Amino acid sequence: MNLFEIAWRNLRYRSLASFLTTMSMALGVGLTVLVMSISGVINQSLQRNSNVGYNLIVGSKGSSTQLVFNSVYYLSKPIENLKYSYYLEFLPGKLRQETYAKLGGNLKDPDRSGLYAMFTRTGFAIPICLGDYVGRFRAVATTPDFLNLLRHGERNDQEYAFAAGHNFVEESPENSFFEAVLGAEVARELNLTVGDSIQASHGSSGNFVHEQSFTVVGVLRATGTPNDRAAFVNMEGFYLLEDHAAPERDEESGLEKRKTSASSKESDETIETSKRKRLSIDKREVTSILLRSDFAMSIEKQINKTPHAQAVSPIAEIGGLLSMYITPVQWALLVLTLLVCVVSAVSILVSIYNSMNERTRDIAVMRALGASRDKVLSIILCESCLIAILGGAIGWIGAHAIAALCSPFVEARTGVKISFWSIHYPNELWVIPSLVIVGILAGLIPALVAYRTDVSKSL
Amino acid sequence: MLTIEGLRKSYPEPSGGRLQILNIPHFHMPAAEQLVLRGESGSGKTTLLQIISGISQADEGRISIDSIELTKLSEAARDRLRAAKIGFVFQTFNLLPAFTALENVRLGMTFGRGKYNVARARDLLGKVGLSDRMHYRPSQLSVGQQQRVAVARGLANQPRLLLADEPTANVDPANQQRIIDLIRDVCRQESVALLLVTHSDLIAQQFERVERLDQINLASQTMTVTT
Repeated sequence: MNLFEIAWRNLRYRSLASFLTTMSMALGVGLTVLVMSISGVINQSLQRNSNVGYNLIVGSKGSSTQLVFNSVYYLSKPIENLKYSYYLEFLPGKLRQETYAKLGGNLKDPDRSGLYAMFTRTGFAIPICLGDYVGRFRAVATTPDFLNLLRHGERNDQEYAFAAGHNFVEESPENSFFEAVLGAEVARELNLTVGDSIQASHGSSGNFVHEQSFTVVGVLRATGTPNDRAAFVNMEGFYLLEDHAAPERDEESGLEKRKTSASSKESDETIETSKRKRLSIDKREVTSILLRSDFAMSIEKQINKTPHAQAVSPIAEIGGLLSMYITPVQWALLVLTLLVCVVSAVSILVSIYNSMNERTRDIAVMRALGASRDKVLSIILCESCLIAILGGAIGWIGAHAIAALCSPFVEARTGVKISFWSIHYPNELWVIPSLVIVGILAGLIPALVAYRTDVSKSL
Repeated sequence: MLTIEGLRKSYPEPSGGRLQILNIPHFHMPAAEQLVLRGESGSGKTTLLQIISGISQADEGRISIDSIELTKLSEAARDRLRAAKIGFVFQTFNLLPAFTALENVRLGMTFGRGKYNVARARDLLGKVGLSDRMHYRPSQLSVGQQQRVAVARGLANQPRLLLADEPTANVDPANQQRIIDLIRDVCRQESVALLLVTHSDLIAQQFERVERLDQINLASQTMTVTT
């Protein structure tokens, strides 16, 4: 019989205690692996979603994190809006003129090129407006460019594909300005499909639902990005909804002017005609502008010098957020789970140590049969080694099995694919063997007790 | 096979002195001899067996087994010698409860020459009449069966000397003779020297050579206390 065989027999003989200590080790290792898996998914998800085809977000001055959160992840409340004329500063002269001609309103120097147009010549500028909801999901008012030009996926090269229908257009003969495309999760949860109508509610409370509805013309395939949880509506139609025109402001104070009953009445009477008429430039606002530019650094610096707007790199912002808040929390969690493993190691120590009193005679018998002190020490170390390795293996397999089982759910929510074999380099490669070593070391004290057993007194 | 010269062993006393337990000027036992050692309780029989097996060390003197001087060896070397040349049968059997009968016998050869000869273990269990109980744990065996397993284990490593410390003390009279016959038969077949400690006159009178410890041990005659 080799030493492992002897150790295995001893463990089997004390099956309940061995099982419980093995399970405590499995729990410790399993928790550690799961924490690493969850951390990996969070990091990958945040990093992957912060890189969705544009490299800058422009919004009004305020919290840069909030701007990224509401423009990329559709979380948190939008900060102040930017004037639509500011958005036009990103368009080349011809497009700016065409837009002015199409929309009308007050625009200074409509014939010139936008101030930042030269920076977006090889890229794009896509405006988005936030604030409305469809059910519990954000309504994202934007232009058709959003789904036409942006890309997603691991290498950021996948076009948005439609499970049904197609992208909305700026104005269609059937639905005028009121077309919408739904993210996969929105369509699934609200049980909506192409041809259905949706009504956006003003704000998250859902108390005020806009009378005007949008016709669903497309449903996106799941992308694993926050866009799965958004309803994209045509910006032109969005502007025509009640209370979506920028309020008139007092020129001196900048405060909103109060609506008179006459103007309200006028508004009601003209509602039908306004549905067919685009909102003019000076009544439009945007929440943020998504920019793709080869000169991101230059444009970011220039915009951030101005008093009203800020430009934020979502990748840098999320990277900063990760290193400042999320990574420390993840490390704290990892340390906690490692402490669970240390507790498991102590339980191995206690379990084997407690058994030593009963086994003194057995050890003495083995010594009498010719076992050296080193061999009895090795047998006890083999026992703690078996518990640690077995517990570690069960914990590792269990945690990876749980991760694999949750894979479809995680992929649908975050776009991050995890499989049974998703190993988190390099942490998993050193953490798990270290835990097993800790478990083996836990056997050292009882092993030394065995080593020092006085055979002549114990027989 | 076994030679003892000028062996002395004493233990410290609470009063500060030392109580001499063993003082054996000379003792010799040829190969394959079967010998009974008798003595009063507390006369040092078990201590002598432990010194012969290398578990305990003598204060003075020389013990050689198969021409290897045990008293000059390190503890690890004594362990190896014990594993290779000495077998043990205890009064309380001392079978390991976690192991089956077969595994207990295999354990007897684990620490020796490194040959895990399962066939020999089975053969030995067959010789002691336990072919059908090989996979039973000690708790599933009767007292007589347990002692038979202990005999098989004591011989598992093909020792040159089997030390049997009152192997029938805990066995009922009906089984006592069977176990003694068994030990003697197997030792004869395997050419193993047998040093058997017993209080039983009935057993002792069956052996050609019976030594009384009080006759070979000068310490038991004087029981000196040295300071």
